[in-house]
Amino acid sequence: MKITVTVNAADYTRVVEPRLLLIHFLRDDLRLTGSHWGCDTSNCGACVVWLNETPIKSCTVLAVMADGQRITTVEGLAAAHRLDPVQEAFAACHGLQCGFCTPGMMMTARWLLDSNPDPTEEEVREAISGQVCRCTGYENIVRSVLWAAKHEGGDHSTGGDTDEPRLRAAPP
Amino acid sequence: MNHAYGPLPRKEDARFIRGQGTFVDDIVLPGMLYGAILRSPLAHARIVSVDANAARAHPSVVAVLTGDDLAERGLAWMPTLLGDVQAVLATDKVRFQGQEIAFVVATDRYAARDALELIVVDYEQLPPLVDALTALDSGAPVVRDDLPGGNRIFDWTAGDKAATDAVFAAADVVVGCDMLYPRSHPAPLETCGAVADYDVVSGKLTLWSTSQAPHAHRTLYASLTGLPEHKIRIVSPDLGGGFGAKVPIYPGYLCAITASMLTGRPVKWVEDRSESLMSTTFARDYHMHGEIAATADGEILGLRARVLADHGAFNAAAQPSKFPAGFFHIFTGSYQTRAAYCEVTGVYTNKAPGGVAYSCSFRITEAVYLVERLTDMLARELGLDPAELRMRNLLRPEQFPYTCPTGWEYDSGDYPRALQLALDMAGYAELRREQAERRARGEYMGIGLSFFTEGVGAGPRGHMDIMGLAMADGADLRIHPTGNAVLAVSVQTQGQGHETTFAQLVAQELGLSPDDVDVVHGDTDRTPFGLGTYGSRSTPVSGAAAVVAARKVRERARLVAAVMLEVDADDLEWLDGMWRVKGDPDQALGIVEIARAAHSALELPPGIEGHLDASAVYNPPNLTFPFGAYICVTDVDPGTGEVKVRRFIAVDDCGVRINPMIVEGQVHRGIADGIGIALMQAISFDENGNCLGGSFMDYLLPTSLECPSPELGMTVTPSPHHPVGAKGIGESATVGAPPAVVNSVVDALAPFGVTHADMPLTPANVWLAIQGRPIRTDLAAS
Repeated sequence: MKITVTVNAADYTRVVEPRLLLIHFLRDDLRLTGSHWGCDTSNCGACVVWLNETPIKSCTVLAVMADGQRITTVEGLAAAHRLDPVQEAFAACHGLQCGFCTPGMMMTARWLLDSNPDPTEEEVREAISGQVCRCTGYENIVRSVLWAAKHEGGDHSTGGDTDEPRLRAAPP
Repeated sequence: MNHAYGPLPRKEDARFIRGQGTFVDDIVLPGMLYGAILRSPLAHARIVSVDANAARAHPSVVAVLTGDDLAERGLAWMPTLLGDVQAVLATDKVRFQGQEIAFVVATDRYAARDALELIVVDYEQLPPLVDALTALDSGAPVVRDDLPGGNRIFDWTAGDKAATDAVFAAADVVVGCDMLYPRSHPAPLETCGAVADYDVVSGKLTLWSTSQAPHAHRTLYASLTGLPEHKIRIVSPDLGGGFGAKVPIYPGYLCAITASMLTGRPVKWVEDRSESLMSTTFARDYHMHGEIAATADGEILGLRARVLADHGAFNAAAQPSKFPAGFFHIFTGSYQTRAAYCEVTGVYTNKAPGGVAYSCSFRITEAVYLVERLTDMLARELGLDPAELRMRNLLRPEQFPYTCPTGWEYDSGDYPRALQLALDMAGYAELRREQAERRARGEYMGIGLSFFTEGVGAGPRGHMDIMGLAMADGADLRIHPTGNAVLAVSVQTQGQGHETTFAQLVAQELGLSPDDVDVVHGDTDRTPFGLGTYGSRSTPVSGAAAVVAARKVRERARLVAAVMLEVDADDLEWLDGMWRVKGDPDQALGIVEIARAAHSALELPPGIEGHLDASAVYNPPNLTFPFGAYICVTDVDPGTGEVKVRRFIAVDDCGVRINPMIVEGQVHRGIADGIGIALMQAISFDENGNCLGGSFMDYLLPTSLECPSPELGMTVTPSPHHPVGAKGIGESATVGAPPAVVNSVVDALAPFGVTHADMPLTPANVWLAIQGRPIRTDLAAS
């Protein structure tokens, strides 16, 4: 089938098999490999991208279902080479280790902050609860999203306020 | 002054936050083909025939490999890392559900999967051996009829049996328990995969693969395929986690290599999630009986353990070959004991092979779980507080270096200080008061402690090897004329941040900024030989190699600086990142100036040929022994059996912290692992040997809602033998957290008379334990 999908503001027309998953369309056909495939069962969320304004698991959507729709991937997160506050936050707060879940986590975080600019920790945890990270125990992902919320609108200068004492040392 | 150490943001993040990491499945080569594996639906069956003709006729299929095809090339079986053999593609029978039978190579990944459906396998079903506890019974199905020893793989003992029995016979109190450390899977978010590219002209094989040990893999592939080792290049690109799952070599890698050599085209193979959970290396699966002996006032006297280790269908654990049960015999843990003895028997079953994986420090996970559960049971028996019992029996700082009854020499520690800090952070006395109040109200709150001693950073090479390759690691350090440095190391990050931490190590030694140091890893053509990253060995071994190489550079720089300053080299001292004239510290030169001079027309001193570059191979004199005290607070709903982890306090001592931010991240991960393993992650099997944890629908991983915000503390007791006093931290929390969680849940259930329940403590298992009906969690619920 011939489909036209707008991905990160560019139009792509391709002939695809009806059974092709959106994640494979993005990764194999368009070579946008930032979104990852991690499970077969829509549990892990490494493949989260936006379908129009909504995060979806792209392993559970057929490419043909995206015909005529807008897809945003991690490659579209930074606008004009300027990092999104969410991207800065993940680096500032050590919100990633292996980096495999990170694109999906960031796409969900961006969506959350667009709809809820000042989320509580519980709201952040709820928002990312459909996605799996095997490296961070989620702690620094949560901190990253909260940091991004604080630094939206241009105040991206430093990660300084992540240095608040979190670690208790024994007296010598 | 440690100018370069500290919570430096990671160098590697720049690519990952942009979605520009390069993982194996991101690699596409011109003309690349896609492989897919046909797997056995049965746990135990004789293969009567494999008919791949219809698959070969599929228009998109380029080749099909069966066991017979590999047998013609001598590749149907491959050696495992522990001296056993494993079928690459089955020829005689299948021995676990998910075992590899055929490999289809097609022009796209969907077609390869389609063609699998066209292969017809005729099986003659055999009774499977599922329950490891029956493996040695007469009449049990024999898994390995290709071997003479029946289902027994090994019997192994450590410690002094007679002395231990004597201590037990004289003890006031003996407490014992059967406990299972269930089979789990590391489940890195990126599954295993490879792209094999054999160049028929040069005869060179390049293999991009998910490998935590690229150099060791190169040597293995050379001996397996017959390709000369200099014609093999292993590239391990960005890895989406590993945790031990990417240490062994798997049949899929070898199939991709063979298919590429056969077709002359690059071949990609990436396993799917079910394939990963069902066939690549599992972890744990130890059926343990432990006993602890003590005086009536709570002095621990001795420990005994008897273990039945389920190794699955092939003995394919990845660990030092001298130790068939890994480091399990460190099971006396952090306590003084007069004697200890353990026996471990390994058996084959019709389950996936593996056994050492998942951040377990070669079975220290199982050892710590055993002793920490027993310590809690002893406290209950004696009516002592578990914190008090631990404090009484912990090793004292003045006892280090301490040799435990089974022979390990712990390098350094101050255990009571770490436990006291954890108790203070938790507000322990107040927690116990709250627990008493809640119990009076019919609420079930648990407080669980664990204290662990880890042993990480293998070798020494004289004691530890894998397939004859001694566990030492190299580092090459180049200093460019402008003073920038490139460090090449043999270990392989899977998210641990080596590119940052190792740059900090070198920068610290040479007075450079970490920005001026690039770290190269994961490419055997560009890095020195070494055994790779697992068992938390990167910083203890490879980090040490980097420091030793940097110190060699520094000494070379001293000789050059002496010429430049026209002084004797002995008159120079290294101070604040520069070589300075003693007594005249303003006369000083840094590495940047010295490097330029070393490449200039300056007449160089004897022994300096024209640059500052240096190499080192580090053979660790001993393991490093990090330790920690953990406290887990849970609330249990007795109606549903649901466990909520309310707080998790973790005090870790990993010696000197090079990048504390990365260290804390490692601890966060391990705590999440500990909660997952204790509460939900387990792979069980039904009576036919069907894997019941074959997807993330069934093999449950903790999410952001199950993981609390950890409360971290630290003490710093440097390792006396590591060049900068660092110890490994990668697995501490995975080792220490599960017993804290289980101890907490069992503590919560004390009013019901529950003294033990096996992991995973799912709501159903907890509810059954409350009813006094504990179950075998390794078998399907009947």
